[in-house]
Amino acid sequence: MKIIVCIKQVPDTTEVKIDSKTGTLIREGIPSIINPDDKAGIEAAIQLKEKYDAHITVLCMGPSQAETALKEAYAMGADRVILLSDRAFAGSDTWATSLTLSYAIKKLDYDLIICGRQAIDGDTAQVGPQIAEHLNLPQVSYVTDIEKIDSYLKVKKIFEDGYQIIKIKSPCLITVLKEMNNPRYMTINKIFNICNKQIIENWTINDIDMDANLTGLKASPTQVKKIQTKSVKASGKVHNVEPQEGVKLIIDKLQEKFII
Amino acid sequence: MNFEFSEAHKLSQKMFRDFAENEVKPIADIIDEEERFPEENIPKMAKYGILGIPFPSEFGGQGADNLCYAMAVEELSRVCGTTGVIVSAHTSLCAAPIYEFGTPAQKEKYLIPLAKGEKLGAFGLTEPNAGTDAAAQQTVAVKKDDHYLINGSKIFITNAGYADIYVIMAMTDKSAGTRGISAFILEKDMPGFTIGKKELKLGIRGSATCELIFENVKIPLENLLGQEGKGFKIAMQTLDGGRIGIAAQALGIAQGAIDETIQYVKERKQFGKPISAFQNTQFQLADMQTKVDAARWLVYHAAFLKDKKQSYSKAAAQAKLFASETAMEVTTKAVQLFGGYGYTREYPVERMMRDAKITEIYEGTSEVQKMVIAANILK
Repeated sequence: MKIIVCIKQVPDTTEVKIDSKTGTLIREGIPSIINPDDKAGIEAAIQLKEKYDAHITVLCMGPSQAETALKEAYAMGADRVILLSDRAFAGSDTWATSLTLSYAIKKLDYDLIICGRQAIDGDTAQVGPQIAEHLNLPQVSYVTDIEKIDSYLKVKKIFEDGYQIIKIKSPCLITVLKEMNNPRYMTINKIFNICNKQIIENWTINDIDMDANLTGLKASPTQVKKIQTKSVKASGKVHNVEPQEGVKLIIDKLQEKFII
Repeated sequence: MNFEFSEAHKLSQKMFRDFAENEVKPIADIIDEEERFPEENIPKMAKYGILGIPFPSEFGGQGADNLCYAMAVEELSRVCGTTGVIVSAHTSLCAAPIYEFGTPAQKEKYLIPLAKGEKLGAFGLTEPNAGTDAAAQQTVAVKKDDHYLINGSKIFITNAGYADIYVIMAMTDKSAGTRGISAFILEKDMPGFTIGKKELKLGIRGSATCELIFENVKIPLENLLGQEGKGFKIAMQTLDGGRIGIAAQALGIAQGAIDETIQYVKERKQFGKPISAFQNTQFQLADMQTKVDAARWLVYHAAFLKDKKQSYSKAAAQAKLFASETAMEVTTKAVQLFGGYGYTREYPVERMMRDAKITEIYEGTSEVQKMVIAANILK
């Protein structure tokens, strides 16, 4: 089985701060991580490899510092790691990103493409499904379980209140949730291998035979106008009082706020 | 001068930190309380290469270096001093001397499974009457035809009982003093080799510390490590390397205590504000972190010199002396900043304070480190 895992390097959200003036993320000094859903995708691929024997290619579109995410993917157990990076890609929205990734994927052999459900910085959950559309592949999103049966995959798709078991013919694309597994750690020898040898393949727009007019900001039909954080509500207060006193307290508070 | 880690070291540090946080920290207080060796974590550490970091891949190792190894012991000790010393004794005291002094056959048979973490290692030098005076060995090895016969005992042996392979010092020529000591490789199951009393300790209580007893243990000639009579030299060189591991353990324990303290002083309120707002707290923490950072660079420097194949005996002794005394001071201050809560087992700083003390004692006491440093600068 040949598996491609698409990953994105994102700022670690536990440490992210928002610039109150511009409404954008402050990225300086914030550590970057592999997007958690995507990391689960790498782990899922490695588990498939352990079970059915597979070759895993991890593909990442991003600036040169995204190499670190690929190094981590390799040190976890990926066989081949490709960084898709070119100034022409800059400013791509989900449409242009998914199109660019699909051009790169056309250059690779695959039975299964795994994407994370969504990135913790953009939260769109669009890139995976769009890649499937660009490549005209069957797809299942929100997957937490993958099993291979002959030329089919049996996958479990999760809903808020239930799940479906779906048979899907490969080649296909699935998007996975971080809840599906606990990604393994890197191993030390693989860390030293990837850091000391040229293993990462660097692909530019020339390597994927793509017209520069189809990617980047100018080829992006959507644009981010404004980012807002949800306003923080004041924390509640617990009053341990008798019911009668409690009723009075609530009525007083509601009157104080002119609700009644 | 370059104080920046390579990317491989940065990624390794991240991996050690993740591993320590998820696999080691959750059981650290349990193994301390139960005085239980954390057996379940040995295969996990083996899987990710933590038990063979500085050895080349042809010997089953990870092909990394001593700096990376020191960082591993530091990060593990930051949450659990016991786990730190298990890795340190295994790597520095057992696998390392076989790597340095072993024959190709010994490396094949013993180093490869040790570096892969399939087997755990230990080291035996100390005896009831041979502590700092290590030359006063009473364990004897007598050569008879195709084997040596070993009789005697060792005490305070880390990983004892759980280790499969032991590097042991014994007298082959009592009349020759330190030049009469030889090193041997023993296997756990050799007839006549038994594990004696388990010590009940102040700290690192999850670490196995036992007596080793040898009663007519028959050892094949090929299990002599290095040449006959060179055992003392092998032991001293091994301890030089071991000091980097213990210095890293002390460093980790100290940093762990600061981590806990920073979190606590921001939460704990007295006189209407968090105690982190008081200048005493701030000044104490500033002193603690400054000393720990100084210790950190001494430890990394000693590892760096070893990796560069330069003389590191003095640097390792300095790192061990300073890091262990810093660990004791910092953990004691951490308990003080926690106040009454720090003295209880509800918080980990009392464990860290108990764990810190041993780093001033084993692999050469602080006084021995001063002897080594002085001998180096006065020669």
